[in-house]
Amino acid sequence: MDDVNRTIDARGQKCPMPVLLVAKAAKEMQSGELVRLEATDGGARSDIPAWASQTGNEIVSSSESDGVLTFTIRKK
Amino acid sequence: MAEKDSDKNPESMTIIAFSGDLDKLWPTVILSSTAAANGMDVTVFFTFWGLFPLVKDDVRITGHDAMTKMLAGMNAPGMKKAKLSKMEMGGMGHWMMRKVAKKNNLLPPEDLFVMCQDMGVNMWPCQMTMDLLGIKPEQMIDGLGEPAGAATALARMSKSQINLFI
Repeated sequence: MDDVNRTIDARGQKCPMPVLLVAKAAKEMQSGELVRLEATDGGARSDIPAWASQTGNEIVSSSESDGVLTFTIRKK
Repeated sequence: MAEKDSDKNPESMTIIAFSGDLDKLWPTVILSSTAAANGMDVTVFFTFWGLFPLVKDDVRITGHDAMTKMLAGMNAPGMKKAKLSKMEMGGMGHWMMRKVAKKNNLLPPEDLFVMCQDMGVNMWPCQMTMDLLGIKPEQMIDGLGEPAGAATALARMSKSQINLFI
């Protein structure tokens, strides 16, 4: 699970930046590759799953600790 | 491509940007960029007061006669000069709002606008308003779509799943 191809640090950034950054990264990645996103914007808790279901990308794992939300997403 | 299905038959959103107010520009560019990130086909149709933010920031005044120049004087052209829709308090309002946004790491609308353009959001100025207010194409920011009219906007809205008037 640690073999992510890309990591995005969106900590401190507000809506809509976490979604925009992960969408931009996904566009540049190959199908099946993994991207990890770290965000502190509370909106990301629901926004990232909403984005994933809208675009068909898969959330492999998600966690939260010390106010940092971490998502690992597999590109469709 | 991540959006293979949506590439074939993208969902679509059309926003009529009627207001040039700073606090309405924000939701316009936030929703547009996010919809584009979701793989949607997005168009914003800027009309009436919504047209002034599309004027380049270094253009001091627009208009072809005294009255249209006066209207531009009361609605400072340029996105960076946009005022708040309420509690503007003679210029304090938008200044405070931008300060608060910066402190909270919310990007200003002009930056989110560029992100929208990078993500392929179509920005259509209203031809009729340009004529009415005397705003020339060369006074407007780069990367906009062809000026369009009500029928073009409606044709698009009739095919959009989401239509907003902001």
